[in-house]
Amino acid sequence: MTLVADELLRDSSVAEIRQARAAQGASAAATPDASAGPLLQVDGVSLEYRTAETIVRATHRVGFDVHEADRFVLLGPSGCGKSTLLKAVAGFIAPVEGKIRLSGRPIRGPGPDRIVVFQEFDQLPPWKTVLQNVAFPLTASRTLPRREALERAHHYVEKVGLAKFADSYPHQLSGGMKQRVAIARALAMQPSILLMDEPFAALDALTRRRMQEELLALWDEVRFTLLFVTHSIEEALIVGNRVAVLSPHPGRLRAEFNSHEFDLASTGGAPFQAAVRRLHERLFEHEQAGAGEATP
Amino acid sequence: MSLAQPPIRPEYDQPLPPFVATVVERPRPLLERLAGQGWLRKGLILVVLALLWEALARWQDNELLLPTFLATVQALFEGLASGELIERARLSLIVLAQGYAAGLTLAFLLTTLAISTQVGRDLLSTLTAMFNPLPAIALLPLALLWFGLGSGSLIFVLIHSVLWPVALNTFAGFQGVPDTLRMAGRNYGLSGLRYVFGILVPAALPAILSGLKIGWAFAWRTLIAAELVFGASSGRGGLGWYIFQNRNELYTDKVFAGLLLVILIGLIVENLVFAAIEKATIRRWGMAR
Repeated sequence: MTLVADELLRDSSVAEIRQARAAQGASAAATPDASAGPLLQVDGVSLEYRTAETIVRATHRVGFDVHEADRFVLLGPSGCGKSTLLKAVAGFIAPVEGKIRLSGRPIRGPGPDRIVVFQEFDQLPPWKTVLQNVAFPLTASRTLPRREALERAHHYVEKVGLAKFADSYPHQLSGGMKQRVAIARALAMQPSILLMDEPFAALDALTRRRMQEELLALWDEVRFTLLFVTHSIEEALIVGNRVAVLSPHPGRLRAEFNSHEFDLASTGGAPFQAAVRRLHERLFEHEQAGAGEATP
Repeated sequence: MSLAQPPIRPEYDQPLPPFVATVVERPRPLLERLAGQGWLRKGLILVVLALLWEALARWQDNELLLPTFLATVQALFEGLASGELIERARLSLIVLAQGYAAGLTLAFLLTTLAISTQVGRDLLSTLTAMFNPLPAIALLPLALLWFGLGSGSLIFVLIHSVLWPVALNTFAGFQGVPDTLRMAGRNYGLSGLRYVFGILVPAALPAILSGLKIGWAFAWRTLIAAELVFGASSGRGGLGWYIFQNRNELYTDKVFAGLLLVILIGLIVENLVFAAIEKATIRRWGMAR
């Protein structure tokens, strides 16, 4: 019962935010609650993974803060440990040093308060329909009983525009639709923080663009907190309000830039191009001449 | 040297009127739709095989060596009508069900142990490497020594024939579950048995089902073979014993009728039972074509 109340509360707060925004005149900037302090604190985190013969350091003493309603982007080249970092926040990997805290509490193992949207399309159990897939984590984590879970799932399936496909199985959907289901599933859980690991990387360029647009529209409506991993500079600037740049091998924090003023409409403009150049320089400054690898 | 220069052509830009030239979607021709029916194609294969058999038997013209298809069918119907064949098949299937169920239970226990501990994994891989190549029928003399003449020995060899292939396939299926799906399951907060039955079992179902099918075929084959050996000293035998008895008395058509019933039961289980399970699960979920 308290959960239902929570949901109502949340919905009403969403409405309040929207009203406030309408009164102010639309501003794309997130207005984090300054009094509450950061929601997610990553503090001097080093991560390692093992191969058959070696232990590889993926990230070295990385630290950053994510505030409520942030769209925080981790940007870096392949092998900078950004996905590993996201998995550590999700609780799949324990840091070898440093601390990760969510609302002040250290993270111990995976849990339904941090839902991950993976890049791979096989994250959806193929034996469940779209609706069941969205409802599954709700019942699996005992957040809601079955009937209410299905009701909430309906709401979010509709929100991502898949109402017509509620009874389809994942194999009947296109890649973009599967990612939409994964996002609906994550939103339905109403997690403290939404973790996205290059969710649009496997999509074609047109679908990717539309998904970015829809993600921003959903954020405008729901104001979830997002930690987003990508290797695309443009995507980082469009999706994020703050971009952290990681260096390769091992990943260290190189820079944190604001990007709240950019959206899909600003991609052609001069400020956007300047921001792209700035990020590009930070990303590739370590690279020797001739070893250049173009980032899409 | 002049470089080739493509000509500059006028642009083409024309709004399209609504498409009315022909229908966008039309039914496939009848023959194609019929060819798309699996039961029809398989039925056709069976008919051709029966015709070949009939032709070969007539050309051979020796009832004792190779009775015709029609004579076999007649013997089969007579056997079924008199109730003898039905009773034999029933006896065989009861023993089979017991052995199959016991084998599956042991296989699932072994596999669950294998996915949760390293020792279990080593145990499973060592045991399967040792016993999987061992023909079940080779254990029958030993089983007779231990369990005597009776269904105990049969169930023992059945367990042996079912356990290893099913355990091996199920384990391979569990290991083949994609990492992303595992992480998604753990992300939902699933653990322990809820994780196994909520994520691993359905995700590994194609491999598990193929293990069940192999196990079923091995069990059926082992049972008939065991009855052929074993039935000779037992009064109450199943289908294998029926075949053996009739061969001794040179009722070749009845031998063929018994074999045909073995084949028919195999076909029915494969095409009705397993096909129905597959259609309701892995095919519906798009995990198999």
